[in-house]
Amino acid sequence: MAYWEPIRELDEQPLVQHGSKLRDVTHDVAVVTEKAAPRGWWICFLLAVSAVGVFGICVAYLFYRGVGVWGNTSPVYWAWDITNFVWWVGIGHAGTLISAILFIFRQRWRTAINRFAEAMTIFAVICALIFPGIHVGRPWLLYYVFPLPNQMTLWPNFKSPLLWDVFAVGTYFTVSLLFWYTGLIPDLATLRDRSLTKWRQRIYGFFALGWRGSNRHWQNYERAYLILAAISTPLVLSVHSVVSMDFATSVIPGWHTTIFPPYFVAGAVFSGFAMVETVLLIARSVFKLDRVVLMRHLELMNKFLLLTSLLVGYAYAMEFFMAWYSGNQYEMAHFLKNRPTGPYWWAWLWMVIPNCVLPQLYWFKRFRTSIPVMFVVSIFINIGMWFERFVIIVSSLNRDFLPSSWGLFRPTIIDVGTFVGTIGIFFTLFLLFMRWLPMVSMTEVKGTMAQADPHRHPEDEGAHDPEPIAAADQPSAVGDLVPEGAE
Amino acid sequence: MEKRTRRTARKPSIILAEFTSAHDVLHAAEKVREAGYMRWDTHTPFPVHGMDKAMGLKDSRLGWIVLAFALTGLTGAFVMMHWMNGVDYPTIVGDKPAGAPGTLPSMVPILFELTILLSAFGAVLGMFGLNRIPQHHHPVFESDRFRLASDDRFFLSVEAADPKFDVDGTRKLLEAAHAHNVEVIEKDAS
Repeated sequence: MAYWEPIRELDEQPLVQHGSKLRDVTHDVAVVTEKAAPRGWWICFLLAVSAVGVFGICVAYLFYRGVGVWGNTSPVYWAWDITNFVWWVGIGHAGTLISAILFIFRQRWRTAINRFAEAMTIFAVICALIFPGIHVGRPWLLYYVFPLPNQMTLWPNFKSPLLWDVFAVGTYFTVSLLFWYTGLIPDLATLRDRSLTKWRQRIYGFFALGWRGSNRHWQNYERAYLILAAISTPLVLSVHSVVSMDFATSVIPGWHTTIFPPYFVAGAVFSGFAMVETVLLIARSVFKLDRVVLMRHLELMNKFLLLTSLLVGYAYAMEFFMAWYSGNQYEMAHFLKNRPTGPYWWAWLWMVIPNCVLPQLYWFKRFRTSIPVMFVVSIFINIGMWFERFVIIVSSLNRDFLPSSWGLFRPTIIDVGTFVGTIGIFFTLFLLFMRWLPMVSMTEVKGTMAQADPHRHPEDEGAHDPEPIAAADQPSAVGDLVPEGAE
Repeated sequence: MEKRTRRTARKPSIILAEFTSAHDVLHAAEKVREAGYMRWDTHTPFPVHGMDKAMGLKDSRLGWIVLAFALTGLTGAFVMMHWMNGVDYPTIVGDKPAGAPGTLPSMVPILFELTILLSAFGAVLGMFGLNRIPQHHHPVFESDRFRLASDDRFFLSVEAADPKFDVDGTRKLLEAAHAHNVEVIEKDAS
């Protein structure tokens, strides 16, 4: 074992199923984009596109009538819109964590899921950005949030956390997109080289930028990837910290808390990992990727969920403790009374049980390695984390200082439709991604295989199988499959 | 393919050797470097560990480009915020000072974000610039077998423009280094 490799655990299995060849990885991943879509894909896609239609109708109605079509009302002026925004941004964070932080820590198991998780980041941030965009009331004046000259010769207020948020989330989206595309370049070259039709070759070739696997290129490429990972790591921590400051810099009991930045980051990673797992389990069964995405990867993700669940649980407990310890009557009334027993007590239970209680199952290997259990738990965590943001936003706003100004929030059908619609947008983009782009990084998976080790002699245990040149004259891709329309 | 049947004079443009393992291509690269070639390259489906050393490449200069972009982002963000809120239209919120140095603490998030944003552009565009991509045409793409370079084969190419290049000599060197197949790619002599 070479010095740059991480220390192996006892009984550690290889990251790719034993006996797999480099060519198997190329084939297993690339063939998904080349064959006709399975029926499961079409069913999911039609459902997702229908939800996008619902979103279109809801937003058109919202723009026509104004934000009054939502349930937002005094004193709850932020409700589902901001809940959804924070939820979606949080989901995106696991993608960056997997692609950047685990890369820096040389956790090579990430290669099976990082492309996936990065795509999830981008689509989740697109869904997140929709909400601040449509909740402003006059969406045609949205450009006021950017430092652009306007007719009032007035600039944005750079002391406002809401403006920090514009820069944080905007930067996050741009950097995630650059990171994702950089990772895709060598894989796009693989798809270009395997393509049997002129158009596939042209389109993938265009985006592959003429990549030829040159080592002089790999050198700069790997450095660029390392730098992107290194700058994304503090970026992801800053983004949800800035999101939490939208709340923490106010004086509302339940929001005015210094624990918010780390608490939000932990929650973001937790919910994001759950979402990666939900989507990955669906893709793994629809596209039969179990040779690349092994039970070991899923088990590691479940361990991560357990860890972040404990962090989130600690943050919940600490909020309660600090409310009591502060001796502040408003803080105590909010945390000790309003949250568990107020009008939104059921939402509080939806936050605590899926986020803190359910993941405790993962102390047991039996549950950590059971696919039905992890699918159900990951969905419950997604729901639980949505309710966490709902509790923070709505149950804090509905009862602040003066009982005379208390009020209740009830969602309308348009609230529900808009939210469901963004789930549709997310899955539509995701399904298109799975269909047309390599959803596992072939390059990085190959780099973790035994055949990638240049110090391993090729004669050892079939590291390669030199076939006669005549048989190998045609590239392997030809004959493996005939894509749609290629006759 | 049409090009090859034309009756124009052809001359070699690049020689391409195919290897079946990372081990073989790494050792071939060592031999080519020791033989004193300058204009050559290896093409692998993934970065092969130790290849930079085997090829005798210097460290990537990308970090310096990114540093320049990062500092541009940092100073640009500071100048923007100070000028907009402190000079052009002083904005006093919560009895806080309008511009630097009093507003420095509240500038931190955006200073940080724009530094990161510009660094990311520096890393990606700098990598494109150093690698001279996009470049969709290259002699290696003339080879039909080269498409395996993004699958499971490893290639080593030596350009005819190399001062030490000699079709037979270079071919012998590559074959002695356990090349699985050696191919000479030609272009029109002009």
